[in-house]
Amino acid sequence: MNNITKIIAALALALPLTALPLTVSAADITLLNVSYDPTRELYQDFNAAFSKHWLEKTGDKVTVKTSHGGSGKQARAIIDGLDADVATLALAYDVDQLAEKAKLIPKDWQKRLPHNSSPYTSTIVLLVRKGNPKNIKDWDDLIKPGVSVITPNPKTSGGARWNYLAAWAFAQKKYGNDEAKTKEFVGKLLKNVPVLDTGARGSTTTFVERGIGDVLLAWENEAFLAQKELGVGRFEIVVPSLSILAEPPVTVVDKFAKKHGTEKVAKAYLDYLYTEEGQEIAAKNYYRPTLQSVASKYESQFPKVKLVTIDEAFGGWAKAQKVHFSDGGTFDRVYQNK
Amino acid sequence: MHKKYSKNAKQNILPGFNLSLGFTIFYLSLIVLIPLSAAFIKTTELSFSEFWAVVSAPRVVASYQLTFGASLIGALINAVFGLLTAWVLVRYTFPGKKIIDALVDLPFALPTAVAGIALTAVYAGNGWIGQWLEPLGIKVAFTPIGVIVALTFIGLPFVVRTVQPVLEDLEAETEEAAASLGANRWQTFTKIIFPAIWPALLTGFALAFARAIGEYGSVIFIAGNVPFVSEITPLIIITKLEQYEYASATAVAVVMLVISFLLLFAINGLQWWVNRRATALT
Repeated sequence: MNNITKIIAALALALPLTALPLTVSAADITLLNVSYDPTRELYQDFNAAFSKHWLEKTGDKVTVKTSHGGSGKQARAIIDGLDADVATLALAYDVDQLAEKAKLIPKDWQKRLPHNSSPYTSTIVLLVRKGNPKNIKDWDDLIKPGVSVITPNPKTSGGARWNYLAAWAFAQKKYGNDEAKTKEFVGKLLKNVPVLDTGARGSTTTFVERGIGDVLLAWENEAFLAQKELGVGRFEIVVPSLSILAEPPVTVVDKFAKKHGTEKVAKAYLDYLYTEEGQEIAAKNYYRPTLQSVASKYESQFPKVKLVTIDEAFGGWAKAQKVHFSDGGTFDRVYQNK
Repeated sequence: MHKKYSKNAKQNILPGFNLSLGFTIFYLSLIVLIPLSAAFIKTTELSFSEFWAVVSAPRVVASYQLTFGASLIGALINAVFGLLTAWVLVRYTFPGKKIIDALVDLPFALPTAVAGIALTAVYAGNGWIGQWLEPLGIKVAFTPIGVIVALTFIGLPFVVRTVQPVLEDLEAETEEAAASLGANRWQTFTKIIFPAIWPALLTGFALAFARAIGEYGSVIFIAGNVPFVSEITPLIIITKLEQYEYASATAVAVVMLVISFLLLFAINGLQWWVNRRATALT
């Protein structure tokens, strides 16, 4: 996959280069956006809108290529040299690695754009089969014996980390910060998971196509999309009493943008995500907009749910990663005690 | 002078030994040794106790058991049914033989992810085969059995393609001679045919086994990937990479590499011994 993305990126960069001598006046720019799995539809729409906007504004033609894959895998590809102009990943921890491992961006990257550099947000919801046969209402119902839960592996999937932390946050609140009981709750939940796919799309396939599981823990946008694409009425979205505010961050990859001379247009690309047009596109693709005017317009689309942030419930990504997902963390221990 | 010349000529009948050996070593270094030694060098970032803690963690050990166990079972299944397939393809003529012959190679050519997804779709509880197995209490997809199915699938061509040419070379006259000397069918098979194809069968088995150990793409879809149950070692390596733990990922890879090398070395040794015995007997 890594190599494939590299080849695609190389082709993406090479094609316009060969076409360059033919253009006369207006510049012909290519941007590479390296993104995570479920943003395919979002960036397909957004890239077209941005190209149009940039052509009208400056007369330059810009083509944006987007590559998709698991968030961690994509970050690793950039660290290993995939020269992305912008990175739009599933969680801040992966973007942090671009600063930490490869010094591609400054350490304080997350302060450069509004809302922790997350132009849109999402959350984790429960997708159940038609008629909700197991009567699933909240996280509590997922630990009942006989309920089969589908989620990807938090070690390989960014989305799954949000799932895990959302369940953890719920249990933490329910048991009043009793850590042993919280652990037991999450352990029981994981015992009901028969398949741990490596990515979010893989889990959706297992649940939808293979017919396995009673409930799928999913990104809200992925759940809406599954409903829309796979036929309304086959699935129902259940909104839990508490969930986590997922903030997928975006950043310019300074070192590569500088190399390509695309800093200005890369910055404009991300800024455009925050404009009314950009926010509209995000909302249409079921991401929760951060701009108030668009958020109120689409208010009825998104169910109201109490959301906790990663900072207030877990003290930030670096800490959450260390406590829960690194080797010997809570996720590993749940399986070892079995 | 004359003597030395003839000695040299006897050692290397073909000229260019030095050049071709040099090229072989250069080529092997470039393609095999250098990338593999990079894995060993990366591992040295860990101290020995760290290395040991990583490679002997219970979850990692469970994955070795699954990977090597499932690969062994898959290779054994292939040794039996691959031999049968090769036998049918060599000894009988029937309509559609060419097509079946070509089908054998498909697992070579198919992207492994495609194989994995197809196998999962067929063996899942709502799949063509899975729907008949599940009422019997047999779950294939998302269990260790699924891992064996995938590893058997990808290993089949290795056994068939190594045994087939040897069977083709085996003259039917030797069997006729055995029969005319009073051997029954079982004796003909065990005393005449089997000793001749045994080394090739071992090679095919070793290749299928080695291929299965390293397989990732097809297994990942059909295994449930649940720690301690259906998690293969290559997935552990990928998982560690996803968490930016390069050194511990390569540590596990090095362990796999060493075990695989030892196993292949042992199988090669066995094959050499069998070959020598076979030539000594004739």
